[in-house]
Amino acid sequence: MTLPSRVDYTREAALLLIKLSAINGPLMFHQSGGCCDGSSPMCYLKGEFRVGGSDVLVGELVIPELNEAIAVWMSASQFEYWKHTHLTIDVVDGRGGGFSLESTEGKRFLTRSRLFTDQEWAILENSPVKTGA
Amino acid sequence: MTDFIAPGQPGSKVNYLSRYDHWINGEYVKPDSGQYFENVTPVTGKVFCEVARGNAKDIDKALDAAHAAAPAWGKTSATERAIILNKIADRMVAHVEAIAVAETWENGKPVREALFVDIPLAIDHFRYFAAAVRAQEGSAGELDHDTVAYHFHEPLGVVGQIIPWNFPILMAVWKLAPALAAGNCVVLKPAEQTPVSIMFLMDIIKDLLPPGVVNIVNGFGVEAGKPLASSPRIAKIAFTGETTTGRLIMQYASENIIPVTLELGGKSPNIFFNDVAAENDAFYDKALEGFTMFAVNQGEVCTCPSRGLVESKIYDKFMGDVTARTKAIKMGNPLDLSTMMGAQASTDQLEKILSYLDIGKKEGAKVITGGERADLGGELSGGYYVMPTIFEGNNKMRIFQEEIFGPVVSVTKFDGFDNAMEIANDTLYGLGAGVWTRDMNTAYRAGRAIQAGRVWTNCYHAYPAGAAFGGYKASGIGRENHKMMLDHYQQTKNLLVSYSPNKLGFF
Repeated sequence: MTLPSRVDYTREAALLLIKLSAINGPLMFHQSGGCCDGSSPMCYLKGEFRVGGSDVLVGELVIPELNEAIAVWMSASQFEYWKHTHLTIDVVDGRGGGFSLESTEGKRFLTRSRLFTDQEWAILENSPVKTGA
Repeated sequence: MTDFIAPGQPGSKVNYLSRYDHWINGEYVKPDSGQYFENVTPVTGKVFCEVARGNAKDIDKALDAAHAAAPAWGKTSATERAIILNKIADRMVAHVEAIAVAETWENGKPVREALFVDIPLAIDHFRYFAAAVRAQEGSAGELDHDTVAYHFHEPLGVVGQIIPWNFPILMAVWKLAPALAAGNCVVLKPAEQTPVSIMFLMDIIKDLLPPGVVNIVNGFGVEAGKPLASSPRIAKIAFTGETTTGRLIMQYASENIIPVTLELGGKSPNIFFNDVAAENDAFYDKALEGFTMFAVNQGEVCTCPSRGLVESKIYDKFMGDVTARTKAIKMGNPLDLSTMMGAQASTDQLEKILSYLDIGKKEGAKVITGGERADLGGELSGGYYVMPTIFEGNNKMRIFQEEIFGPVVSVTKFDGFDNAMEIANDTLYGLGAGVWTRDMNTAYRAGRAIQAGRVWTNCYHAYPAGAAFGGYKASGIGRENHKMMLDHYQQTKNLLVSYSPNKLGFF
């Protein structure tokens, strides 16, 4: 039985990630919370943001054109409130918040969400997630 | 025609420049890259000026200016600095309408808020810290007959400040006033969504500050904010924003071993106990208004009362009354004084709010009113407007747990004090909270039990200087808005002096 994915991406997001990878190198995401630009998936050069035991690896974006998968991280405490929802990283016009890399492109990554189906949740509910420790 | 004429139109109180450079060392400085980015008004969605796109070299230039100015500025007397801060306040009073209109045009907020709240608070903030630093004293502790510990306050030197877009001027002043009062020089990076309100203000007050004391570099976070936050040449970094960037800023600060103050938002509960509706009087009316405060600044406030907790006995009546109050919110052109709710600050903010309206519905929350984007017609059709929205659901839903930063309140009912506290504290954040009751014992116990830095009691969304503001839990580190903020911008120098003529006798 394959584990359902927790995080996916749109084709538009993939195209932007391919472009940002070409400019910057391998990438990562950390899903933000809180004020202002909170709730934005922040895109960084891989390793720029230090993850640790208080972060969980929500999933990895495997984009065929890229050699490396892009890890998507989130604070473990935040994950507790988000874990029942499937995330899709999309992109809209605007400016990336914080120090996220896409702001220079006039774009902003956006997390869209849906509830897991009962079948998906039955598998995921008791599946452990990896931390950054 | 609106009450205030739009910037750039004949007769307007505001004429923005067509292009803004950085403000470094007391003059406008072109960006190193030669590049500018477009600045859009959310009122109509149209570009109204261009702004310098800063990079690490611009930040370095600003740090050079700040470091050159710091020794002399740090040695000015508190009296001199207080006089300057008061002069800034006076100058702002003389231009209050222009500053308010400028901010409204850039941010989208209703002009009545800018004119009667944001800018007057900013003015008062300069006065408060002018007074606070005048009244600040060091101390002399007589440790024993011959030994005295003197404590002096010294400025940190050069500090970095990164400002959010929801109150482009007030949030800048919250950080600038204490930093300047304490004798520091500042390199400030405004939000890229609202880069010029603070430039507009700076242009009005620029002759009052010595060159290099305040330097403003605009640009994108990754290009200008990051080099500032990670610079080994700042003695402190202050940031208001979200948790991931907050952590990254702490990470950079740890590399340089400098202090940080962080304000990272919240998911504030606004709690209404049964006795609120005991009478249909002025207090009940005030409580209804208190609930509706989620629409202040279109909900783009770190302390937006975005979780409504209503006790079960009054739930139906209270929700009926606040729904009517919410439906009466007048949306319109932010430049009209009668407009209660304006535009969301940016297109990406609009998209984010819509994504939350979507997940709220998917999770089964009930839309009591609103729930959609608003089209206000005419030239406002291109602007970023969202209907004030009330959701009904439960505290485990994501719309109850994440800061939507829009005019959206998620409501649930509770039974009794303990249940209210349990729901109120079931959140990652702890910035603000509201408690409404006629029983002051209940109010006191609730205020102490809620894990949040600010508990408004029978009021909401007041931000007077003198009341400490800051977060518990993931909402951040440090306090603003209070004289204790001076400590966040000062070193403590201890002179430990022996007045004894005699040796210890050890050697």
